[in-house]
Amino acid sequence: MSSTGTRTQPPPRVIQAARSPIMASAFTGRKKVLLILELALLIAASIAPIVLPDYITVYATRVLILCLFALSFDLVWGYAGILSLGQSLFFGMAGYGVALLARDFGVGSIFAVLPAGTLIGFVAALLLAGFLLLGRHPSSVVFVSLGTMTGAYAADRLARGSHYLGGQNGIPSIPPMTIGSHELSEGPVFYYLVLAILVLIYLLSRFLLRSQFGLALAGLRENEQRIAFFGYKVQHLKAIIFAVSGAIAGTAGSLYAFHEGFVWPNMLGVVMSTQVVLYVLFGGSGTLIGAIIGTAIVEGLSFWLSDTYRDIWPVILGALLLLVILFRPLGLISLLLGERERVGSFGPNREEKRNAAP
Amino acid sequence: MPLLEAAGVSKVFGKLTALDGAALTVEEREFHGLIGPNGSGKSTLMKCLAGALLPTQGKVTFINTDVTSFTPPERARAGMSLKFQITAVLPTLTLYDNILLAMQARSSLLDLAFSRSRGRLHEEVMTILLQFRLADRAFDAAATLSHGQQQWLEIAMALACRPRLLLLDEPTGGMSLEERRVTGELLQPIKQHCSLVIVEHDLDFIRDICDRLTVLDQGKVLASGTVAEIQANRSVQEIYLRRA
Repeated sequence: MSSTGTRTQPPPRVIQAARSPIMASAFTGRKKVLLILELALLIAASIAPIVLPDYITVYATRVLILCLFALSFDLVWGYAGILSLGQSLFFGMAGYGVALLARDFGVGSIFAVLPAGTLIGFVAALLLAGFLLLGRHPSSVVFVSLGTMTGAYAADRLARGSHYLGGQNGIPSIPPMTIGSHELSEGPVFYYLVLAILVLIYLLSRFLLRSQFGLALAGLRENEQRIAFFGYKVQHLKAIIFAVSGAIAGTAGSLYAFHEGFVWPNMLGVVMSTQVVLYVLFGGSGTLIGAIIGTAIVEGLSFWLSDTYRDIWPVILGALLLLVILFRPLGLISLLLGERERVGSFGPNREEKRNAAP
Repeated sequence: MPLLEAAGVSKVFGKLTALDGAALTVEEREFHGLIGPNGSGKSTLMKCLAGALLPTQGKVTFINTDVTSFTPPERARAGMSLKFQITAVLPTLTLYDNILLAMQARSSLLDLAFSRSRGRLHEEVMTILLQFRLADRAFDAAATLSHGQQQWLEIAMALACRPRLLLLDEPTGGMSLEERRVTGELLQPIKQHCSLVIVEHDLDFIRDICDRLTVLDQGKVLASGTVAEIQANRSVQEIYLRRA
């Protein structure tokens, strides 16, 4: 084949090259596993309050809020490769923010407090990103993780020391969140509200991560330096995803504050941050559904174990986490999803591939 | 005006002077080879051109713009593209996605979020994969490629950014003779739209594809000229004989 010949191939060859029936079918086959899993979980979550007793529904609501929080961590760590050990900072700041709005200003309308909490998370994350991510030289993973952790630690200490923020005890008995004149207290209505928000944010994240922006994030995670030489402004990319994830953590934090009815310094601190790391590692980072499954299983297990084996449950839970991390470093989700499906594929969508197939 | 002009470029690492006032001029659509013994500063000069290193002294001008202090993304956006010496394909992504990633680099974030260029770029991605004989592997992970194929994928990625100037650091490293020959063939057609600076140990390869050569020795330019001039140059023969 002459060199000029290779350059000016007629278009039909291009289409022919995309034909790879075996690969395409294997690909769509795996894709179905994920979709089935997502639908099954959605159905299970939708009928749960109907079949479960109320006190479990209340617990499940808290788990769903934590799922949202885990999703925010998964976005930065699993997709963009930024190890944020201070994710609780945005969660807790939003929680405290909306608690103050409700306590001191009497603002409890869902249409005010949720956007406010989201905004607090977004702005806080953007400011922190300005310090940690926006240098001329890319900052190291250790620098970012220690920086975010220090932020969370400092916020925790500040909240404990502040009289205005209620010190060690936090802010108790926050007035309930309202929709119009209806007060939202814990129970099935709150549950479905959280589920709806979780599904919405899940779908938006899914859309974003499957877009060409998601491909840029994958490049960022795999080899930051390489993609800078393509012309990507990697620092900007990182700051944006960091802020988006802060916003989601903020949404979760405000829901948490109103659901529990109080906020306390632990919400800001390192314990909460590491907990979310465990959820995501357990389920499988880099897949949205992995973060959800991880949170649900870890929280479900602790609920069950703390009831049945009151004294030794933390040990059992710790051992289980270790086992998963040792034998399934990619998380439980890797039992179900193959490598390609986990990493994702951004090329031609299924429709285009099917058209290209003979 | 030449496309690229580097003048008086020096790079000092602690006590080591890797480059000592090196100069390089590359015209539009010129293939320029950078040769010299090990440690002569070839890779350092490439890195200073691409922005991976900032020179201690000197000036790099690219398309009439002083790019000396530009960051790598800024240089890439100006039209420079670098293929690393060590292959740096993204192993878990498919070949297709590797190319698309390079090709979409200059799109705005909003366009990326709504995948506005995915459809438009599809044919271009397949064309470039086809050109580099990788089209039948398009949806395999890049990690499954042989070393030579990974090098080709790298060159394809560097070209997918549609550069005016391509910087190739040892593109044929670790390749078989046959693969080297094919690499030469693959590079020829890009001359229609792109200049090339290439660092390479294989002198036969360099002689076959380059228009001009610059010889570096101990961080300084020893000679620069057409392939024939360099071959006839006594001092160049000497350094290569001396080390041989």
